[in-house]
Amino acid sequence: MTDLLQQLINGLALGAIYALLALGYTMVYGVLRFINFAHGDVFMLGAFAGYYLAGPVSKVIPAESYLGGIVVLALAMGICALLGVIIELIAYRPLRSRPRLTVLITAIGVSLFIEYTCQHEKVFGASPRKFPDLIPNTTWDIGGVVVGSAQVIVLVTTVLLLIGLTLIVQRTKIGTAMRAVSFNPQAAALMGVNVNHIISFTFGLGSALAAAGGILFAMNYSSIDPLMGVQTGLKAFVAAVLGGIGNLPGAALGGLLLGVIETFAGGMKGISNYRDAIAFGILILILMFRPSGLLGKQQTEKV
Amino acid sequence: MKSGAKRWLTIVIVLIAIVSAFSGHFNRYYLGIGIDIGINIILAVSLNLIMGHTGQFSLGHAGFMAVGSYTAASFTIACAKHAPESAAPFLLLGGLIIGGLMAAICGLAVGVPTLRLRGDYLAIVTLGFGEIIRVIFQNMEAVGAASGLTGIPNYTNFFWAWAAAAITIYVVTSLVNSTYGRGFIAVHDDEVAASAMGINPTRYKVTAFVVGAFFAGIAGGLYAHHKTVLAPTGFDFMKSFEIVVMVILGGMGRTVGVIIAAILLTVLPEMLRPVAEYRMIIYSLLIIIIMMARPQGLFTLKRSKGANA
Amino acid sequence: MSTPLLQLDKVTIRFGGLMAVSTLDFQVQENDLVGLIGPNGAGKTTVFNLITGVYQPTEGTIQFAGSPTANRKPHQLTKVGIARTFQNIRLFASLSVFDNVRAAMQVHRSHGVRQALWRGKAYQAAEKEVNDRVMELLEIFKLGRLRDEDAKNLPYGDQRRLEIVRALATQPKLLLLDEPAAGMNPTEKAELAGLIRSIKERFKIAVLLVEHDMQLVMNLCERITVLDYGVKIAEGTPTEIKRHPKVIEAYLGEEQPA
Repeated sequence: MTDLLQQLINGLALGAIYALLALGYTMVYGVLRFINFAHGDVFMLGAFAGYYLAGPVSKVIPAESYLGGIVVLALAMGICALLGVIIELIAYRPLRSRPRLTVLITAIGVSLFIEYTCQHEKVFGASPRKFPDLIPNTTWDIGGVVVGSAQVIVLVTTVLLLIGLTLIVQRTKIGTAMRAVSFNPQAAALMGVNVNHIISFTFGLGSALAAAGGILFAMNYSSIDPLMGVQTGLKAFVAAVLGGIGNLPGAALGGLLLGVIETFAGGMKGISNYRDAIAFGILILILMFRPSGLLGKQQTEKV
Repeated sequence: MKSGAKRWLTIVIVLIAIVSAFSGHFNRYYLGIGIDIGINIILAVSLNLIMGHTGQFSLGHAGFMAVGSYTAASFTIACAKHAPESAAPFLLLGGLIIGGLMAAICGLAVGVPTLRLRGDYLAIVTLGFGEIIRVIFQNMEAVGAASGLTGIPNYTNFFWAWAAAAITIYVVTSLVNSTYGRGFIAVHDDEVAASAMGINPTRYKVTAFVVGAFFAGIAGGLYAHHKTVLAPTGFDFMKSFEIVVMVILGGMGRTVGVIIAAILLTVLPEMLRPVAEYRMIIYSLLIIIIMMARPQGLFTLKRSKGANA
Repeated sequence: MSTPLLQLDKVTIRFGGLMAVSTLDFQVQENDLVGLIGPNGAGKTTVFNLITGVYQPTEGTIQFAGSPTANRKPHQLTKVGIARTFQNIRLFASLSVFDNVRAAMQVHRSHGVRQALWRGKAYQAAEKEVNDRVMELLEIFKLGRLRDEDAKNLPYGDQRRLEIVRALATQPKLLLLDEPAAGMNPTEKAELAGLIRSIKERFKIAVLLVEHDMQLVMNLCERITVLDYGVKIAEGTPTEIKRHPKVIEAYLGEEQPA
């Protein structure tokens, strides 16, 4: 029983990170209808931003403090939001009216460009690095279930960010505009919504969440490298599809579910080796039987 | 409607055999690249059937290649112990065909459930299939698991690689240029209209996947007996993407362009060896630039039809 | 009375809560030229999609040539003799005019992968026969000289005609035309009317016409069915339809029946 509970906690912590990333995929898919392959790399850049910020920040705020952690997180989110906006501006905006396949290939190109540039020895180098402790590293033993402070932070931060995101999307003017663009870009433009601004904003928001995910991931697994976003990114995309692409609560739900399923499978003998294939197995099943995902709406093509 | 197509194929294969007979005099490094080119042509032309002609965007071609290579290698390793040296060509041929068939079965397994999907959904699912296949090989003790399969006999030579490439080109072009084969392009252009014209989109898509996978399997078998070692990581998403780039650079559905792109993209990394550390950065930048400047492919002059997903 | 070529029996289809077509009874006899009219959103194209198997009716049955069409896919129904054109032209854009028609020729031909690869004598003969037939059809519709043009580069009127040729290439017993006159000027419309009449005579097939242009339908069709909000409100000869009070009511404020 404690074992199951332990797995569940671990799974939720991993799932929360998938959820943060999945939100970015789903939001971008909502407004632009394409898979932003570079999203996983923004996640990686977020982790590296945290890595490089930890030192300077610790000169002002003592290292391994919650406040310091929050400051690093916020700064990294800001940097990545900017990066996300720039990536969209340079690589995707010129292709706005092109076939989706062209944009998809470009996105893969951007992703590879970031990965290979970061692997270059003059940038980050290919070898993994140890991520510094941003917050006090404590663990609690609750009736045999071990919970680390990083896991608590992951869950708390994710919940707070989700609430913040919901407020932005549901309650603010720009959030309403976002929903309008995702519903129908042409109509939104005719109603005076500046579609370009909204798309930039969406990329910024998604990238900030990805950066948060990157730092939380690094805090939990304490090792980062330039390719850390590849698998995680793909799985987070699967989570977004699982929940119903374009659907924000769906992305969060899909992320949590995927994290828990993967963790449980990883703990099982015989399956654990196939852990990396599970997400794709789920993806295939979902698309075969419920292509619109768990919370998505069914759509039919007009003839 | 080229009635002489079969004759052409024969002539080309004879020519390849003649060139191959002198291959002992060639520089081994260039000969190796020559074989790589042949294998990549097979991969690109076969993916072109799935993606360029039929419009099924697949990011899992390396998975089919993996199935073919592991199957063919396992076959020849098992048989080589009991067979005389002179049986090598037959072992290779047998291995290639068995590997191709295994890959074709996988193509069927991928093609059928993914029929309803299109565009980037299909891309991500085929990517998933490729990854699953890779993870399976990574865990299969019989083929060396994560450490890879070694000791594969070096059977692939210039003749086999290029003859197989010639056959692939023949099959794909003959298929597509027949009345029956116009259906592939019709499905690509407009699935609803195609089915209203009596064309069964399901059949065409599955056929494209099966035929494409078969040749990817053949290419895999040739690759295995060329490199003599196999590692599961060699068949990851990156490899699939490389093949996709060949098809897109060549211009989706343009066989000649795709062949040129396959040659170019095999030679280019070799030329970039002096700047090896920047090689992949340049490669990814080139992809972005080309997508912006010439999304219809490098070698398409007349028609400008892009790639609708 | 012989069995009608096409018979819809109390056909209903719902999309969610919306009843797009409701208990529709409708028939087309062999070699008939029937019109289906109605204001925008009356469910005319939905009826086409039901007949061609794109949608399955929620209730009711459709019979074609005496056998039910339920659960048959569009391509299967094409094979037994239903062909159509589309309201928004749906040609195979990247194929040539010739190949658009050629692609539609393969329905009744059995040579597939094996023959295409082996390229034996029978295959050569079959391909030649297809070629001749395509050219013959293109010539009838004066599209022969455009054979190598990409379909998407044709002028609008030619695209509409090519769609009809493509549909005829499947050798239908029933041809469904979805607003063939849309976007045409009066001269082109008059030509189209002549064309439809000659198709019916020459190929001995039934034609079901969905059209907005009342005059065209009134001139062409022997019988007309009027739909409004998915319900059949009238059926009869052009003269009867013109006087029918419900029809006039349905079109009031929409467009006047001419």
